Amino acid sequence: MSGNAREQKADHIRHLLETEGDAVEANTLGFNDGRYESVADLEDYEGLKSEARAIKEDAIERLPALIDELTETVEANGGTVYIADDAADANRYIREVASEKEAERLVKSKSMTSEELEVNEALEADGVDVVETDLGEWVLQVADEAPSHIVAPAIHKSREEIARLFNEQFDPDEPLETAEELTMFARDRLGELIREADVGMTGANFITADSGSLMLVTSEGNARKSAVVPDTHVAVAGVEKIVPSVEDLAPFIELIGRSGTGQDITSYISLLTPPVDSPVVDIDDPDVAFADRDDDRDFHLVLIDNGRMAMREDDQLKETLYCIRCSACANTCGNFQSVGGHAFGGETYTGGIATGWEAGVHGQDSAAEFNDLCTGCSRCVEACPVEIDIPWINTVVRDRINRDGDAGRFEFVYDELVPDEEATGSIGLQKRLFGNYETLAKLGSATAPLSNWTAGLEPVRSLLERTAGIDRRRALPAFERETLVDWFEARGPRVSAADAEREAVLYPDTYTNYIDVDRGKAAVRVLEAMDVHVRIPAVSESGRAPLSQGMIATADAKASRVYAALAEHLDAGRDIVVIEPSDLAMFHREYEKLLPEASFERLRAGSYEVIEYVYGCLENGANGARLRTGDGGPAIAYHSHCQQRTMGVDRYTRAVFEALNYDVLESDVECCGMAGSFGYKQEYYELSMDVGDRLAEQFSAPEAKNRLVVASGTSCEDQLEDLLERDASHPVEVLDPRSRLR
Amino acid sequence: MSAETGAIRRRFEASLADLDVPVTSTTPAAFESTLETIASDPTVGTTLPFEGVSLPEWVDDEPTPATLERATTSVTAASLGIADYGSVVLPSTPDGSEQVSLFPDLHVPVLREADLVADMPTAIERLGPHLRDGESAIVATGPSATADMGALVKGAHGPKDVHVLVLESEGDDE
Repeated sequence: MSGNAREQKADHIRHLLETEGDAVEANTLGFNDGRYESVADLEDYEGLKSEARAIKEDAIERLPALIDELTETVEANGGTVYIADDAADANRYIREVASEKEAERLVKSKSMTSEELEVNEALEADGVDVVETDLGEWVLQVADEAPSHIVAPAIHKSREEIARLFNEQFDPDEPLETAEELTMFARDRLGELIREADVGMTGANFITADSGSLMLVTSEGNARKSAVVPDTHVAVAGVEKIVPSVEDLAPFIELIGRSGTGQDITSYISLLTPPVDSPVVDIDDPDVAFADRDDDRDFHLVLIDNGRMAMREDDQLKETLYCIRCSACANTCGNFQSVGGHAFGGETYTGGIATGWEAGVHGQDSAAEFNDLCTGCSRCVEACPVEIDIPWINTVVRDRINRDGDAGRFEFVYDELVPDEEATGSIGLQKRLFGNYETLAKLGSATAPLSNWTAGLEPVRSLLERTAGIDRRRALPAFERETLVDWFEARGPRVSAADAEREAVLYPDTYTNYIDVDRGKAAVRVLEAMDVHVRIPAVSESGRAPLSQGMIATADAKASRVYAALAEHLDAGRDIVVIEPSDLAMFHREYEKLLPEASFERLRAGSYEVIEYVYGCLENGANGARLRTGDGGPAIAYHSHCQQRTMGVDRYTRAVFEALNYDVLESDVECCGMAGSFGYKQEYYELSMDVGDRLAEQFSAPEAKNRLVVASGTSCEDQLEDLLERDASHPVEVLDPRSRLR
Repeated sequence: MSAETGAIRRRFEASLADLDVPVTSTTPAAFESTLETIASDPTVGTTLPFEGVSLPEWVDDEPTPATLERATTSVTAASLGIADYGSVVLPSTPDGSEQVSLFPDLHVPVLREADLVADMPTAIERLGPHLRDGESAIVATGPSATADMGALVKGAHGPKDVHVLVLESEGDDE
């Protein structure tokens, strides 16, 4: 990305933060809180997700056969099935149906697939009056705007804006003001339009091959009206919506509302087997009883391929087809909560999973527009009801985008600094610098303190901003001359292997080794206080840095190096202890994609987050009194790390603080917004700060403002220091027997 | 009433209470008088396929598009109730139960106590054969609602209120 493009992107994001940010934030936070509350009521949430996942895996596996079965079923029921290769094909068919019906008006319920087709525009070109009947969609139709969210399309608009829009457009007798007034106005107006409609169009959340039924998840009742009032029903749905049988619907009914808007269930789950038995509501025959009618209803199911069958053949994008479009990945995402789908979205789809959809149906260019907004924080992973590894899909698409296009322009000048494995493509300098952070850190440490002085100079910051897009408003980390590995080699272990309860290898992540060496030293002292014999071998960076830039080949090479360096220790029964959660997440999650299964499993089983390890030691009889306890220690405001939470190991920090009598207040935001390199990037600096503001607010509240700020991640510490202008420390520095933190 | 039925019934009522949906019990003998206390004129309805129960005289049981438009209350049969969610299953019928249950401001689904099931998988299992037979149904939970206009509003395109009538069989009321 050029400096100019970065500035444009920053401008666009700033504009959205100002105009739509507040409404998006209020709504997505509401949905997200609702999700936590609602899924907590389920007896076996994890089991239900796995069941849903298995149904989708099976359905996509045998999709061609299911399409055939469904086609037969729908035709036997008296409907018609059309399988459209792409959007143009689908639109041509739908226009033909409208034309045969001599349709003047078509009423629609909400359907993202119809947005993907842009079927409204196609029909309007033929003179058909297309009316969106979902209230949110109708607001957007009146305002001529695009959806900003796949479930609640108009969340970027406040009530006041909608009132202004309606009052200007429709000039009602009494100006509309309250949500109630706006809703009743829309209900009446749309009711009139539906009464006289010739064709009703719906999407489908699921379609059952055994019965030919559509399942529609709605709350307003407009889909029910759209399907039942006119005599002709056109349903558009991606081929991936098919499940084998009616019975397969149960887990999805229980999960979709909870995962999306945080409702246990929406008002209406329509299970329609069209053409339906319900009589037509014909205003031209107002006095004929429904029971006396003999309607011949027309039903067309338009199944859309538009890239989906190719996605099915693509090992990496295939998982996208399991998506049930609940919007959990959008609502749970720190960046989405701040900026919404008008930045975090492509031509049609929005949120984390949109990268997969856009790459599959519209092409990589559309995905490239917003793919960077996924920071890999992984909070969506546990929220996804079909267990899709959404960050991985984003990483894969980023890697593909990197490899496309022209050759890297900076390669020649910067090769020494950025020796990555990605041979071809057009990875910008910004991505290559962050991706090769270990090399930079090594050099910075070797030349410290000179490197730190130089890096702080205005001309250098200006150059870095211009060439690499590193925002000059961010303080750059200062490198230590003596690395943790060097320090420990000179110092040696204080608990001999012979006297030790356990042996541990403390993994020297790049940040701890070169920059925050103190937290490494604190970790050593804490482990030794637990009678652990510590070793700190020189081990390569985990691959997290290149992976976050979409440089999978570099990450893969690093994973192999890390495993080679640790394998012997694992064989010797030594525990691998990791301070930085994002590196542990590599060992526990991403290495599954990068290492042979047995290697991955062995490292995963043998590696621990440092406080998790302390917890284990305490549980096994270690003396907690040797650590600094809450009795002499400070009151704490603690922010756990996003990936640490997804791995479920944040609970150990909570437990250890509690066991040692600390007074802890914990944040409940999904992510600090820094996300490694993300917050340093010029185009995302303001977004990163906006996400961080939610955390800063919690830690600036009266009950938190005098507490010691503690965070488990490097990025979180940096972000909190920038936001609060208070020092932030790692939990292990609090527990350090020598700690004087207050 | 078995202990299990009792538990399911209590769970159903608790779920409805969470939704702010009122529920009233009645028997076939008391059906008309109970309905009278809930419905407001004009009321439309479709056939209730329950033994010993039929729509009272004052309910329009042959609604047309015109009478449906004017009606303020509707009465239709529910084939199942789902205790975990407070949902009722509304089968679509050739005499128009789908639109009748949807257009008026108040919908009164009539449900036999014996048709209450505990959870969603059981309900969907019961529905399977019906859908495979070409039928349609709505799993309806509370009134129509929207939050699209900046706050939660009941009665978006469908009923603003729902009042569930549970039919106990005669001699079953303890």
